[in-house]
Amino acid sequence: MSKSNFSRRGVLKTGAIAGAGLALPTYLRADSHTGFTNAPGASEVVLGFNVPQTGPYADEGADELRAYELAVEHLNGGGDGGMLSTFSSKVLDGTGILGREVKYVTGDTQTKSDAARASARSMIEKDGAIMITGGSSSGVAVAVQALCQEAGVIFMAGLTHSNDTTGKDKRANGFRHFFNSYMSGAALAPVLAAQYGTDRKAYHLTADYNWGYTTEEAVRSSTEALGWETVNAVKTPLTQTDFSSYIAPVLNSGADVLVLNHYGGNMVNSLTNAVQFGLRQAQANGKQFEIVVPLYSELMARGAGENIAGILGSQNWDWKLENEKGARYSGTNAFVKSFGEKYGFPPSQAAHTTYVQTLLYADAVTRAGSFNPCAVVEALEGFEFDGLGSGPTLYRADDHQCFKDVVVVRGKENPENEFDLVEIVEVTPVDQVTYDPEHPQFAGGALGTCNPGA
Amino acid sequence: MLGLEKKDFRLLLVVIGLTLFAPIILNPFPAGSEMAQFNAGYPDLMQRFVIFGIFAIGFNILFGLTGYLSFGHAAFLGVGSYSAVWMFKLLSMNVLPAIILSVIIAGLFSLVIGYISLRRSGIYFSILTLAFAQMSFALAYSVLTPITGGETGLQLALDDPRILGAAQTASGNIPVPALFGLEMRASYELNIGAWSFTFNTGYYLAAVMLVLAFYLAIRIFRSPFGLMLRAIKSNQTRMSYTGLNSRPYTLAAFVISGMYAGLAGGLMASMDPLAGAERMQWTASGEVVLMTILGGAGTLIGPVLGAGMIKYFENIFSKINGQVLHDWFGFLPGGLEDFVVTIIYPFVGKGWHLTLGIVFMLVVIYLPGGLVQGGQKILAALRRTKTDDANPGASKPAE
Repeated sequence: MSKSNFSRRGVLKTGAIAGAGLALPTYLRADSHTGFTNAPGASEVVLGFNVPQTGPYADEGADELRAYELAVEHLNGGGDGGMLSTFSSKVLDGTGILGREVKYVTGDTQTKSDAARASARSMIEKDGAIMITGGSSSGVAVAVQALCQEAGVIFMAGLTHSNDTTGKDKRANGFRHFFNSYMSGAALAPVLAAQYGTDRKAYHLTADYNWGYTTEEAVRSSTEALGWETVNAVKTPLTQTDFSSYIAPVLNSGADVLVLNHYGGNMVNSLTNAVQFGLRQAQANGKQFEIVVPLYSELMARGAGENIAGILGSQNWDWKLENEKGARYSGTNAFVKSFGEKYGFPPSQAAHTTYVQTLLYADAVTRAGSFNPCAVVEALEGFEFDGLGSGPTLYRADDHQCFKDVVVVRGKENPENEFDLVEIVEVTPVDQVTYDPEHPQFAGGALGTCNPGA
Repeated sequence: MLGLEKKDFRLLLVVIGLTLFAPIILNPFPAGSEMAQFNAGYPDLMQRFVIFGIFAIGFNILFGLTGYLSFGHAAFLGVGSYSAVWMFKLLSMNVLPAIILSVIIAGLFSLVIGYISLRRSGIYFSILTLAFAQMSFALAYSVLTPITGGETGLQLALDDPRILGAAQTASGNIPVPALFGLEMRASYELNIGAWSFTFNTGYYLAAVMLVLAFYLAIRIFRSPFGLMLRAIKSNQTRMSYTGLNSRPYTLAAFVISGMYAGLAGGLMASMDPLAGAERMQWTASGEVVLMTILGGAGTLIGPVLGAGMIKYFENIFSKINGQVLHDWFGFLPGGLEDFVVTIIYPFVGKGWHLTLGIVFMLVVIYLPGGLVQGGQKILAALRRTKTDDANPGASKPAE
């Protein structure tokens, strides 16, 4: 079988074909250069909505997707326009983005970095998405953000609360509207001091992964600065479902506040256990025992049911904000109205942040007059805006983090319905949650420069 | 040729042909058409096809030949990825040292785990490997965060040393993995009429590895060593009675298949320089078992087919959302359109697991030999009609 004859003609022919084959790609490469990845055509532009549709945060993902669909509808001139009418920047007029109709593709992150990156890559490589947005965990956000930086598209983060997203893992092509662990700590600490006093002893239970660490650190340092003492901080495995053995030692530890640095199913379970152990009725050091949950979400509150009553936490946004705290938070009602009319219930904070991110991207492209990621980055950096539900907001150029007021909420004692589970205690003004870009909790990492790809 | 029998050589040629022309074969529909949704010829998915193909081929050397069902193979994949990314961080962005190191580290890791786990067989072996893999996952996810990056995964950073290469590019970005300057993510678009084909460097590197891995697997299957492994599968007790110590053989098979997994992990990191702990989770280990069984355990080509099928479902079916369905069935009258969409919707988009589950069930019930058996049945049926009952029942397994 291994018999072969080399003839001069044969070698020449093969050589010519091989040469042409090698030269062809170089030739093809030359003509498709537009200066950046996935430059959209003249009639439409594709955005990639990468949200968890299966796995532990599927509910949040579904709500994010609803908000994205609503944002696309509004950008294309459908519906009542939502926040477009309240947004301080008025360049968006309902004709899509730069005259191109907005189309979108969806993908499932499964709340796994690998799956999320696979899904994002398919959006970029197959569907020609010019911007990727979404996600409901920091691990996924950081992973997809790095991918977008490499590929040369813009990433508008969805729900991600860890300091790292705009701290040590920040990237020039990535932007976060959602607040972070540090802001939670800074917003909660004064309220905790006012409500429970400044001589409290705290016991932390922390989910044993990245977000847990940054949240614990943020809450610890903010509360300790106001005179609190941290008795103990215990890490709990992420897969833990029964926290009894972690809760039991709390009462005898000398602590009088329990801080649960947990999210999702962890938080529902640990809070339920803590309440079942009677911590809410207990007395310690002559004071009423209290429980604190740094990061609240409506969907978690629903899961924890009546156990959430009276427990303090922080949120990025709440749908009752404008009604209760006035016109500073304009945009909230406009959004809640169009979301409610379309889907029949009020939006969660995840829906709010993703809707706003889509609008902010569209606005930045329009103001820049180009889809080029570097132009978009320039338009978003240092951008000050208002009327998107959170009051006056700044997209800081140093780390691409949004700075805005943080909502401190408490679980309602007698909720009227399943969408009205929390009451707004206070809105911490943006000055109190602003930090230096070189703050130790955000140290390390570099933004780098914007990458237009191609 | 190449020390292979004619039939095996033909199979190798088929694999080479398939991998070589995959960008064309996988994009049968013109770009922009309604059916373009089903095109799978984009770099990321093609890379995944061949990488998981390698992973499944390696797994099959252990499971298909010796019958030892490892439920923790993803651990080696993860270890391979982590070592590759560390090489990118410390040494340079060249993929070659990264891939070599990932194979070596995964080999050492599997030697340790294999040495302990292979003291038991059957279900106990499976549980031991599962326990080790879950342990590795838990370690990577939290305890070893400084080494593995924990939840957010191990990533490249601008301030990594990269002693043999540039720490950052001239424009201030992290360099991308490359093979002596040939960037893994570089692609060439070829437009022929309405069709568009993407030829990707990274894909072809992975494809070469797949062909090599496949060739090595054929050699192992046909060698005396492979025969010994099959003997272990058919009756290990009898082998012990003949005075033969089977442990070295099973351990060798375990390490080889661990190295295959390490190669797959290293390639994965080379295509996309990130290593996450989820890669080691038990669901990932279960996935490779599914791939092998779906394609046909113990056959040569089966695991590759199974890997392709599962990755296709995961990436293509999961992207069909309600809007796409409405586009497809828009020609139907209003009520009927909604009805059809309602019927189909649970099986696509986030329901892709359901479709895959049904397919898996059907395969296991009706084709216990996997997709390969299905292919054989079809071939046999074709041959029968062609030769007109001249030679009934003469179909031989054609792995």
